[in-house]
Amino acid sequence: MEPLKPVTATARLLLGTGFFVLFVGLWALATEGGYVQPLFLASPARALAAGWSLLTEYGFLHDIGMTVWRVLGGFLLAAAIAVPLGLMMGAYKGVEAFFEPFISFARYLPASAFIPLLILWAGVGEAQKLAVIFLGSVFQIVIMVTVIAGATRMDLVEAAYTLGAGRGGILRRVIIPAAAPQVMEALRLVLGWAWTYVIVAELIGAQSGIGHMIMDSQRLLDTGQMIFGIVVIGLIGLVTDLLFRQLNRRLFRWAVL
Amino acid sequence: MRGLSIRGLTRTFPGQGSAGPTLALQPTDLDVTPGEFVSILGPSGCGKSTLLRIVAGLDRPTAGSVTLNGRQVTRPGPDRGMVFQSYTLFPWLTVEQNILFGLRERQVPQAQAREIAAAYIARTGLRGFEHHWPRQLSGGMQQRTALARALANSPEILLLDEPFGALDHQTRELMQELLLEVWGADTPAARKTVLFVTHDIDEAVFLASRVLVMSARPGRVKAEVPVPLPYPRDWKVKTAPEFGALKARLMAEIREEVRKAALA
Ligand SMILES: Nc1ncnc2c1ncn2[C@@H]1O[C@H](COP(=O)(O)OP(=O)(O)O)[C@@H](O)[C@H]1O
Ligand SMILES: [Mg+2]
Repeated sequence: MEPLKPVTATARLLLGTGFFVLFVGLWALATEGGYVQPLFLASPARALAAGWSLLTEYGFLHDIGMTVWRVLGGFLLAAAIAVPLGLMMGAYKGVEAFFEPFISFARYLPASAFIPLLILWAGVGEAQKLAVIFLGSVFQIVIMVTVIAGATRMDLVEAAYTLGAGRGGILRRVIIPAAAPQVMEALRLVLGWAWTYVIVAELIGAQSGIGHMIMDSQRLLDTGQMIFGIVVIGLIGLVTDLLFRQLNRRLFRWAVL
Repeated sequence: MRGLSIRGLTRTFPGQGSAGPTLALQPTDLDVTPGEFVSILGPSGCGKSTLLRIVAGLDRPTAGSVTLNGRQVTRPGPDRGMVFQSYTLFPWLTVEQNILFGLRERQVPQAQAREIAAAYIARTGLRGFEHHWPRQLSGGMQQRTALARALANSPEILLLDEPFGALDHQTRELMQELLLEVWGADTPAARKTVLFVTHDIDEAVFLASRVLVMSARPGRVKAEVPVPLPYPRDWKVKTAPEFGALKARLMAEIREEVRKAALA
């Protein structure tokens, strides 16, 4: 192996799946081989079987749907506010000076620590779940978009001025299109984090959702169901990430993403 | 008063940290008549870009003034088109959309704007590349597009800041000829006023009807050399004896300044 030397596409695929196979193999060996009690860890086959019964008998698809809608709802609300605010902060240093200190502080407030307060304010309904995702995402997006928009190439801004652009034109026709691909990449990253907040939100006071199912399974000591639930979250996260990436590639063919 | 008129133009950059302020431009006077092609030649760091940026309205002078056709310059505007040394095409716009940028900003009707863009695409030899993105273009093509983009706005003056400085030698010579062709395509009375900044003597002489030599920092115009070679010019002019004589004279002027700049 040579440092920084790329490998072929086939080699990448083989190596990438290879680790999955190895991982599941070791898991199967540990559980089927009797090294780990089923009480603590179900075998891959048992987890799959548990998943099948979850899907066919216990309406797990509904739980998945609920979780997806909470993540997307909270995330889209956050993005709808944070992206314009971040663009304004990046473009106008006065706006940045006004909001930045507070947002830098707020982004370190852990969204999960707000859950008890949010339950007090909004009850245990959907509003509370969306609020957790919203709080966890909004400040992160603002900060990232601010940095991206603030780093717009000055020579492009100057070129636009010499072509007759006014201040509004600079924002609309230079800063926003220049920032767009990186803003979308930032959103992709934050969406990944949002998946981790939603489960925490669903562990407490939820009647549905993947997190709720995992809590229920714990009561029944069904590690197969718990593991299946966790794997489903990982898979959905992976699929949304791939779709997002595809979308960005298609939207920003001018950039080399 | 038609043309460009610069009076007592001075620029001092405030010092950063312990460094004192930098006097980049000494009080400079300059008059350029409409349709004139003027090269500004000087060693690196002598304030050429500073001068051009103030004319463009991208920088403000510490003292003095710039007047274009009787109006004082205070900010950038489409009446002063600029091409930079760095590649400044908007990467998210195609060649054609880049050229349309200024026309759209000035709300020129769509059909008319496209006609203007097509004309400059043809003039700068970009046919067939209208729908390419900048990242798909060579450096020479990017600068041709930048030139077309500036010209499409029909500016009163064209400000070129070492536009071919990043190109290889052969491409650069082709670009010089192309620039003269595009500029000379108009009748002498309709030609654009051009301020062309360079540190390349050949380039300065080949293009301009007048070469201004700037001193080492702090910059000022220390010599003015008219170039009596008739337009249209092609590359063969570079082998003419008059060309050699002008070069020798400018080289003497410049060497002195480069030495000063190197020792400063
Ligand atoms: N924004 C700036 N801040 C401080 N110093 C500057 C700035 N721009 C230019 N200078 C200084 O002014 C001098 C002239 O610069 P410039 O006009 O870019 O020279 P040239 O284009 O002839 O190479 C240089 O010494 C440079 O370091
Ligand atoms: Mg310069």
